[in-house]
Amino acid sequence: MKYLHLIWASLFRRKLRTILTLVSIAAAFLLFGLLDAVRVSFDQAGRSAAGAQRLQTGARLSFIDTLPSSLGAQIAAVPGVKEVAFANWFGGAYQDPHNQIFTFAVSPNYIDLYPEMELTADQRQKFDSDLNAIVAGSALVKRFGWKIGDRIPLQSQIFPDRQGSKNWHFNLAGILKARDKKTGGFYDGMVLLHWKNFDETTPYNQGSVGWYVTRVADASQADRVARAIDALSANSAHETRTQTEQAATASWMKQLVDIGLIVGSIMGAVFFTLLLLTGNTMMQSVRERTAELAVLRTIGFPPGAVLGIVLAESLLLLVLGGIVGLGLVSILVPVIVKGSGGMLNLPTVGASSWAMGLGLMLLIGLAVGALPAWRAVRLKIVDALAAH
Amino acid sequence: MRFLGNLLTLLAVIAAVVVLIAAPWPLLLGATLLLGAWLLWTRIGRQAASVTGIGVSTLTQRAGASFVIIIGIGGVVAVLVALLAMAEGYNQTLRRTGSPDSAVVLRGGSSAEVNSVLSHDNALVIQDAPGVARDAAGKPITSAELVVAANLPIRKSRDPDDLGSVQLRGIGPEAWQLRGNARIIAGEKFRPGLRELVAGRGAQRQFAGLEIGREVRLGVQRWKVVGIFETHDALESEIWADATDVGAAYRRGSSLSSVFVRLTDPGAFSQFKAALSADPRLNVDVSTTTEYYGKQSETITKVIRIIGMVVGAIMAIGAVFGALNTMFAAVAARAREIATLRAIGFRGVAVVVAVMIETMLLALLGGALGGLLAWLIFNGFTASSIAGGVGQLSFDFKVTAPLLWTGMTWALAIGVIGGLYPALRAARLPVASALRDN
Repeated sequence: MKYLHLIWASLFRRKLRTILTLVSIAAAFLLFGLLDAVRVSFDQAGRSAAGAQRLQTGARLSFIDTLPSSLGAQIAAVPGVKEVAFANWFGGAYQDPHNQIFTFAVSPNYIDLYPEMELTADQRQKFDSDLNAIVAGSALVKRFGWKIGDRIPLQSQIFPDRQGSKNWHFNLAGILKARDKKTGGFYDGMVLLHWKNFDETTPYNQGSVGWYVTRVADASQADRVARAIDALSANSAHETRTQTEQAATASWMKQLVDIGLIVGSIMGAVFFTLLLLTGNTMMQSVRERTAELAVLRTIGFPPGAVLGIVLAESLLLLVLGGIVGLGLVSILVPVIVKGSGGMLNLPTVGASSWAMGLGLMLLIGLAVGALPAWRAVRLKIVDALAAH
Repeated sequence: MRFLGNLLTLLAVIAAVVVLIAAPWPLLLGATLLLGAWLLWTRIGRQAASVTGIGVSTLTQRAGASFVIIIGIGGVVAVLVALLAMAEGYNQTLRRTGSPDSAVVLRGGSSAEVNSVLSHDNALVIQDAPGVARDAAGKPITSAELVVAANLPIRKSRDPDDLGSVQLRGIGPEAWQLRGNARIIAGEKFRPGLRELVAGRGAQRQFAGLEIGREVRLGVQRWKVVGIFETHDALESEIWADATDVGAAYRRGSSLSSVFVRLTDPGAFSQFKAALSADPRLNVDVSTTTEYYGKQSETITKVIRIIGMVVGAIMAIGAVFGALNTMFAAVAARAREIATLRAIGFRGVAVVVAVMIETMLLALLGGALGGLLAWLIFNGFTASSIAGGVGQLSFDFKVTAPLLWTGMTWALAIGVIGGLYPALRAARLPVASALRDN
């Protein structure tokens, strides 16, 4: 610590060079922070304490196939099952077919299974009492400027009503809010309608159910319960496939894009480049100061101290730049989330990202400083002084 | 005055970058030739050429620093081109699937084939619409198909219960006639009524168990894989079976999802569409297959492109500052030499041009290196994503010449920004003090 002023002074010996290098480092860590946020948001999808307690049961044949509604009572009788709800895919869009919305037709108790979403008691009551009511996520409500009591036209991409029209009209009864803004973006962007309304209005459903959601009493029993549920319909015409919500989401995300590979290869390229760039700066800086380092040694600094000073300098460079970069991410992410109107839900830089970032800063700092520091130690004092 | 100068420089840099990125290559080639002529035939140009000669010949002495520019720019270009190649591959695979002289008919308001339901009677009406091409026997060339999704185990996953979604297309013999590019490359076509299926090459790469002679489980039923087909487009990510078999397995009866028709010529589309729209028996959406598959690729292609540009731009900032650093150092190291040149009568412009040319050469090398890396590693790299809402689409990254050119313009743009400021500093070097200083 007592050398801090010395390290600081040598770091800003050439202001321009140090600042240019700092910006490069900040840019690299800015990218790291953004990509890590994307990776985390993919990772965290469906991962929550409540999610571990929920099982999803869908048709084994394919996700577009439906299940009989009689299965619900059988699932409820499986030991370990606390509550069973069900839902259908509605495939809604608002105004323009491109404005697709996650719209589900759900059983009355569906909302109870998701403590992640908040609905005030009177709005809930209003929703329950009106068969033609819907509740919508807060981000959607904001995006389209809806108000409670509005009559909302939604277009189904799949289901016509009995007259053959795919334009449905609903009454907005309440606004769903995600309890945890960080992970609950999904709940802020969806619409729920009554399954009974859906089933009675479209001639094509005829009592079938898209998937069942089951809450188990004990999360550690989830696998056993899942197998028991699948055994109910084994070898029937409607075989089921039951997974924890987490596993189901993870497998869907994996099908969408192999995010780990993409993020990994980009970060590899970025940090390799950064290593070279900063390494070059440090080499230059030490080369220029050969004489000064020789003087330090002459007046009695042990080799270890010189090594430490050079290493500390490169560490300081990396940590300064890195913190600026990650700090920028913390500012940018909320802006991006806001700018995208809730479509992109990135988590802010969490403790784990900071820890990983700091680890990278230290690692790269040491790697970059190693060679110049070694040179500084191996310096032949007489030659270095004479060369000047 | 100084401030005004800086402002003008900044504007010049921005203009140069915009021109580089937006200009077509003939313009840049012309500019390069003009520069060459200037270097050869004017006095200042010849001065610049000789200063450049000195700079380039001493590059090897500054190998480490020059390398930093090349690698830095190479990294940017490699990542940019790779991401753009991903978008391009996805886009091309879907676009190639369509053609302007074929059309697809779905139930009105359906965004994808799996959402669409048409009756057998609908299909008969559509077949006889005007504008549909007919074969030698006078039969309309159309194919009524039933598309559903099926779950199959993913090949790459170790967990056999890790299922992915694949599009299963129920077809009749007409489908092979309509899709001239579909070809069985191993095994044979399925026979109706026996629960046999053929798998596309892309589907086979993506899912386990799609080998000839093996059986796959779709729901409770076992289907036998009897052949592998290729189409070189999005369709080879599907599996195909007899429409009646699929309808029975999925409890769809004789209903269908889509009707594909071959048109007599691309111009016949409007006539075909008008006839179907006016028919009171039908409520359908009609589009050419070009339009249909183009729309499917639009969003994802755009998203990947934007991601590529954003990531590339942030990396480019890093690379620009790296280049600035290196070139400032290079100019500082050669301060004495440059001052000497100025003292014996070389003009400032010559020095600016020389430093710029040097940086641009390094940038050019970096761009070439990045493009080469992207091409070597990623051209033909197979990836997959969800397309059309249901099935996995397997596609290859496509590193095309226009993408490489885009990468090169980015490299040159980074070179311009990274070179101009050091070049100006070199020209403004106070001659007397630079000569005196060590």
